[in-house]
Amino acid sequence: MELKVPTMAQMAAEGKQPEILFWVGCAGSFDERAQKITRDICKILQHVGLSYAVLGTEESCTGDPAKRAGNEFLFQMQAMTNIQVLDGYHIKKIVTGCPHCFNTIRNEYPGLGGNYEVIHHSQLIQQLIDEGKLKAEGGESFKGKRITYHDPCYLGRGNNVYEAPRKALEILDTELVEMKRCKSNGLCCGAGGAQMFKEPEKGDKDINMERIDEVIAVNAQVVAAACPFCMTMLSDGVKNHNKDQEIKVLDIAEITVRANGL
Amino acid sequence: MIAQILFIVVLTAAVYLFSKNAGKIRRNILLGREVNRSDRRAERWLVMAKVALGQTKMTRRPVAALMHFFIYVGFIIINLEVLEIMIDGIFGSHRIFSKPLGSLYGLLIGGFEVLAVLVLVACVVFLARRNILRLKRFSGTEMTEWPRSDANYILVIEICLMAAFLTMNAADYKLQALHFGHYIKAGSFPVSSLIAPALSSNPGTLAVTERACWWFHIIGILAFLNYLPYSKHFHILLAFPNTWYSNLEPKGEFTNMASVTNEVKAMLDPSFAPESNGETARFGAKDVTDLTWKNLMEAYTCTECGRCTAVCPANITGKLLSPRKIMMDTRDRITEVGINLDKHGNDYNDGKTLLDDYITREELWACTTCNACVEACPVNINPLEIITEMRRYVVMEESQAPASLNNMFGNVENNGAPWKYSNADRFNWADGDGQ
Repeated sequence: MELKVPTMAQMAAEGKQPEILFWVGCAGSFDERAQKITRDICKILQHVGLSYAVLGTEESCTGDPAKRAGNEFLFQMQAMTNIQVLDGYHIKKIVTGCPHCFNTIRNEYPGLGGNYEVIHHSQLIQQLIDEGKLKAEGGESFKGKRITYHDPCYLGRGNNVYEAPRKALEILDTELVEMKRCKSNGLCCGAGGAQMFKEPEKGDKDINMERIDEVIAVNAQVVAAACPFCMTMLSDGVKNHNKDQEIKVLDIAEITVRANGL
Repeated sequence: MIAQILFIVVLTAAVYLFSKNAGKIRRNILLGREVNRSDRRAERWLVMAKVALGQTKMTRRPVAALMHFFIYVGFIIINLEVLEIMIDGIFGSHRIFSKPLGSLYGLLIGGFEVLAVLVLVACVVFLARRNILRLKRFSGTEMTEWPRSDANYILVIEICLMAAFLTMNAADYKLQALHFGHYIKAGSFPVSSLIAPALSSNPGTLAVTERACWWFHIIGILAFLNYLPYSKHFHILLAFPNTWYSNLEPKGEFTNMASVTNEVKAMLDPSFAPESNGETARFGAKDVTDLTWKNLMEAYTCTECGRCTAVCPANITGKLLSPRKIMMDTRDRITEVGINLDKHGNDYNDGKTLLDDYITREELWACTTCNACVEACPVNINPLEIITEMRRYVVMEESQAPASLNNMFGNVENNGAPWKYSNADRFNWADGDGQ
């Protein structure tokens, strides 16, 4: 599929307004692994013919890592600047590729004047499946594969989104297995609260290694992720366990794209 | 008559002392910063009914949930019996409810006895879990001698109270059979009738036993009431208001600091004039009085069950952080602040703070803000909010964030991303190989 990614600036110049803004996020923009997921989300949007656009270079960090780390000044500076940009384009609806962006824009921007309908890409995929616009055909078969889903904290506990990502997996006719700690009891990957940007404090184990132990315990061949930071932590964990041949870490969007041969 | 006077004196003293100490806790809680938790009342009643009254969050650990349920129901229902004891004590009557309640009375007393046994069993199981099985959840750095003893005292006191209650009934049952004095036929004794054969058959001794147990039971309850303010057991009272005042927003949402909003607006728009309330509070929390009253109420509500710490990813992987310790430290410190206030007045500064003297920076920086502790708490306590407030102080007042986080802040500020990439490259992903 040849990817055409429209920006808000282009759209506005043509006098068009997209139905939905795709908020890519910093990881989705710069992290090599996450960039691929970003392109996959675009493929899905393009495939179903949903009119969308991205902010491109006009996008900036939501301020999430600053806020979790205690830098409320920086967070609010980022938030207010972003709200100006979003409101400037009269954005009403946003889909994000990251649970952290999702949580921040959805819950913390309204108090600063930014009111949008915000969904996470797993929710969009679920909606598209429900509407019959997305299926699991024409691509790689996941039939009978053991897949487990890792709940990102800011999607699961943070915002009670547990079913949408699972729905995207159920359509694959796979063997969906749950880890011991799942859903509201899910174990963090270790990246949240700005841990992604620092060395872990002194301890006897890294959190992602603890998580991969559970993946191994359920014998999963695929760990489905829905967050670019979880993706990094889980991939590193799998590598450190020398299991990268047996266990694949894939985002919900990647799995969807593969299953549909996009 | 002397017994009645003595009873009234003891009761009045116990209630007075408890009110005084509970009042101090109330005052300490109100030393916290203001936060509005009185909106959406209908929803709040529902949360309280579900979480505190219905104990819905206990069920994640079924054994503990069942045992706790016995003690909880026992506690609430046996209070009806305490009401009778109070009235009997004040008016010198004996089993005053037996006549007006008729056959229902027998059913009630019988029910109380069954509950008393269940409470006894649960307390013994709980003691065994703490002292023989030594469940990991009940250990940890913060579980020092006092918290461990506190837990054991509570269980032993409850066992003693229930034993006294059953022995009292057993003596009463025997005296009733002997048609002795004022011991009229009242109540049914499915459990104590089994203990009765072990007691003396001398009516005089039985009457002394019955009275001794009656006094021990009621004085025990009053003493226990006065132990509450010093104990983790205070949760039996505060669990209700604490859940009523729960945070009703999604857990992922952190508060936006209004004081910062004003400054940021002024920075972005020089013509902006903030509504000043004349207060220059510090950013974030260095000491307990920088926290909200709800944070402090939560500290007094915590019963140190350790469900938070058991699910904390940092703690599981051997880091210093334990959410339970955050709550216990907060309680210890606000108690200390309260004592200082009583002893030395308002202007006294003991030179100590929650940060550093109680909670170290290493603990604060180990948190992944994953909300597992918040989710796990059976009474909706939020240790994460305290951690965040303290991080805010360390970052915004002291500029003492770890160097790597300062780099991240710099990147966000300058490049709009937490990494050192140029904003101009932000859209390069679209030129990828499209695979």
